[in-house]
Amino acid sequence: MKPSNEGVPPAATAGGAAAVTGPAAPRRGARERLTPPSWLALLFLLPALLLLGFLVVYPIVYSVIRSFFDASGGSFVGFDNYTGVFQGHDDLVAVRNTVVWVVVAPTLVTIIGLFFAVLTERIRWATAFKLVVFMPMAISFLASGVIFRLVYQQDPDQGVANAALVAIHDTFKSGTTYPGAGPRTGGDQLVHEQGGAVVGSGPVSAGQTALLPLVKVKPEYLPKDAKPAAQPPAAKAGQVTGTVWFDFTKGGGGELNKPNAGESGLPGVKVEAVRGGKVVATATTGKDGTFTLKKVSGAVTVRLPKSNFTASYGGAEWLGSTLITPAIIGSYLWVWSGFAMVLIAAGLAAIPRDALEAARVDGATEWQVFRRVTIPLLAPVLMVVLVTLVINVLKVFDLVFIIGGGDPDANVLALEMWTKSFGGGNDPGAGSAIAVLLFLLVLPAMLFNIRRLRQERK
Amino acid sequence: MASRLVGRAGGTVAQVLLVLVALFWLVPTFGLFVESLRSTEDNNAGGWWKVFSHPSQITTSAYGSLLDKPDFVDSFWNTVLITVPATVLVVAIASLAAYAFAWLEFPGRDWLFLIVVALLVVPVQVALLPVAKLYGNIDVGGFKMYGSITGVVLFHVAFGLPFAIFLLRNFFAAIPRDLLEAARMDGGSEWTIFRRVIFPLGGPAIASLGIFQFLWVWNDLLVALVFANTGAQPMTKWLQSQMRQFTGNIDILAPGAFLSLLVPLVVFFAFQRYFVQGVLAGSVK
Repeated sequence: MKPSNEGVPPAATAGGAAAVTGPAAPRRGARERLTPPSWLALLFLLPALLLLGFLVVYPIVYSVIRSFFDASGGSFVGFDNYTGVFQGHDDLVAVRNTVVWVVVAPTLVTIIGLFFAVLTERIRWATAFKLVVFMPMAISFLASGVIFRLVYQQDPDQGVANAALVAIHDTFKSGTTYPGAGPRTGGDQLVHEQGGAVVGSGPVSAGQTALLPLVKVKPEYLPKDAKPAAQPPAAKAGQVTGTVWFDFTKGGGGELNKPNAGESGLPGVKVEAVRGGKVVATATTGKDGTFTLKKVSGAVTVRLPKSNFTASYGGAEWLGSTLITPAIIGSYLWVWSGFAMVLIAAGLAAIPRDALEAARVDGATEWQVFRRVTIPLLAPVLMVVLVTLVINVLKVFDLVFIIGGGDPDANVLALEMWTKSFGGGNDPGAGSAIAVLLFLLVLPAMLFNIRRLRQERK
Repeated sequence: MASRLVGRAGGTVAQVLLVLVALFWLVPTFGLFVESLRSTEDNNAGGWWKVFSHPSQITTSAYGSLLDKPDFVDSFWNTVLITVPATVLVVAIASLAAYAFAWLEFPGRDWLFLIVVALLVVPVQVALLPVAKLYGNIDVGGFKMYGSITGVVLFHVAFGLPFAIFLLRNFFAAIPRDLLEAARMDGGSEWTIFRRVIFPLGGPAIASLGIFQFLWVWNDLLVALVFANTGAQPMTKWLQSQMRQFTGNIDILAPGAFLSLLVPLVVFFAFQRYFVQGVLAGSVK
C-alpha cells in the first residue's frame, strides 16, 4: 500500500480533482474538422443525466417543498417542521449528539491519522501496519456495529473492553474483596459494623493484639490460596497485630470469636489503625489472615474499611446513557482512522525535503520543524480530511442504529430522519425537514469543492 | 522528515506503540471471528478469549446452521444481485458521461460538470422519501419498483454517479490528446474511440472506481432498509432484522456478520492498491 506513489501527487490527495489533473479541456476550434457534433455528447451524457435528474436533483427539490407541509402532506405549516427539530427532549438529544459527533469525531480521527502517519514514516513494516488500520474501511458499518456490540458488552466475562479495564484495575488495586461479609449480629461481639466498615469494638494499644472475626463470607469470593486462620503473631513495641478470619467451622463446632482449626484466614483485607478519626497505620492481611500494624503508639481502633466489602470493579457501562455516544464515536474512530492516516501519509511523503532541510540548517529543533514547516505544508491535506469527515459524520446512521439499538440517548439527526420517515414516526414532513437540514449543513463543503475545482482549472 | 521527532531511542518506543495499536485494531474483528466459532453455551459462559485455554470449543456448527437458513442464503444472493449490476452500471454510465465531459464539446459543459461536482456531497437522506414516493408510483404490468432489487440498484447507481463521473473525467482528461486525434484522423467514430482507446486506457481509474462502488453497495444498510422488501433484502438488512435480541442471537449474528465482511475483506486485500487510490482521489464524497 503505497498511496503516495503511482503518480498521485500530494496536492492530489488534497482532493479529488487534483488527483489526476489533466490538461486543459480541448481548445475550441483548434481542429474544427475533427470535432464531433454536440448532439453526440448529449447521447453519451443521457443515461447519467436521467438518473441524476430523477433520483438526485428532483428529490432535493421535492424534499425542500415537502418539508413545509404536515405529516399527511395536506396543509402548509411553514417552518413548523424545522422548529420541531429543536423542540422536545428526544429531538434536542439528537441535535446535541450530532453537534458532539461533528465536533469530536473528525478532529480525533484527523489527529490519530496524523499521529499514525508520522510514526509509520520510518518503520519498516509500515505497509503492514497501514493495511491493518485501514482494513475496517472495507467492511460494513453493520459488521463494525456487531463487532463493537460484542466489545462493549457489560459483563467483563463477555465484553473485551470491560475485561481489559478490570484487568488493568486489578493490577493496580488488589482485587480481593469480600462483598456481603460482615460481623456476626447480636450484642457483645468483637467487631461491629459502622457505615459500611467493620470496626473493632474496643480500643487496642500498641503491643496488643486484635481478633476480627467475620461471617457471611461467600465461598466464591474466598481466594484459593487462603490458609487456615492463625493466632496473631506476638506484637512488639509500637505494633498492633491481629487476625481477620472467617469465623465459621465447616460442619459445625469450634469456639465463637476464636480462630479455630478448620477456619479460614481472609487474605488481602485492608486494615487501618484509627485514632481520633485519622488513619495512623495501615496493613494488609496475609494468607492466614494475620496482619501487623507498625509504628502505632497509644490506643487505636482497628478498622476494616468499606472498600473490603464492596463488590469488585465491573468495568464501565459503555452502552449506558452517559457513555453511549462516546462509545459509538470510539467505534467510528476504529473504522475511519485508516482513511485519515493514508491521506496524511501521502501528503507527508510529498513535502519537499528542501524545505525541511533549510529549516534544520537554520537550527530549528525537530519539533519546531514539525510545528512550523510540516504542519503548514500539510494544512491543505488536513483540511480535506476534516471536511470529508464532517460530511461523513453528518450522515452517520448505521453505527448508531446498530450499536445504539434504538436508545434515544444515542440518537443523531441522520437516524432521527429515518425514524421519523420510515421507522414508525410516520411523519414525512418532519423527516424531510431533517433531511433538508442535513443538506444545508453540507452546503459549505459543496462550495469548498466547487471553489477548489475552479482554482485548479485556472 | 517529521519522524526524526521520534529519534533513534524513541524508535523502539514507537515500534512497540505501533504493535499495540495494530493489536488494538485486530482484536475486535478477531473476537467476532472466534465468537462465531463457538457454541452459544460457550459464548454465554465466557468471553471469546477463553478459547485459548479451551481450544476444543472451536466448532463450525453456527456456520452450518446459518447456511441451512434459506432466508440467509437468499439474502446473500440478493446482495450479489444488487452489488454486481450497481457496480457495472455505474462504471458504464459514468465512463460515457466522463468521456463527454473530457473530450466532447457542447454548450454548457463546464457548467454541467460543476453541478456534478456539487452533487458529490448530497446526503442520501435527502432523496429517501421522494424516491420512495416515486418508486411507489411505478407499477408496470405487476412489476412494482418499490421494494424491488431494481429500485435498490438504480438508487445506488444514481448516488454513485457524481463521484464516478468526477473521478473518470479527471483521468480521461489526462490521456494524451494525440492518441485521440490520431484515432479521429483514421476516421474512427466517437463510439469506437471510446471503446478502443479511452476505456482500455482508463483501466486503473475504472478499477479504483469499481472496487469503491462494489464495497459501497455491498456494505450499504440504509438504502436497503428503505427500498428493499423482504424478498429483495441483502445480507445487511437481514442481519439487522436479527439484531432485536442481541446476545440471544449471537449464534446467528457472529457468523452472519463475519460472512458478510469476508467478501469485502477479500476484495480489499486483493485490490488494496486500487482501493487506496480511489480513496485518495475521491475524498470529500
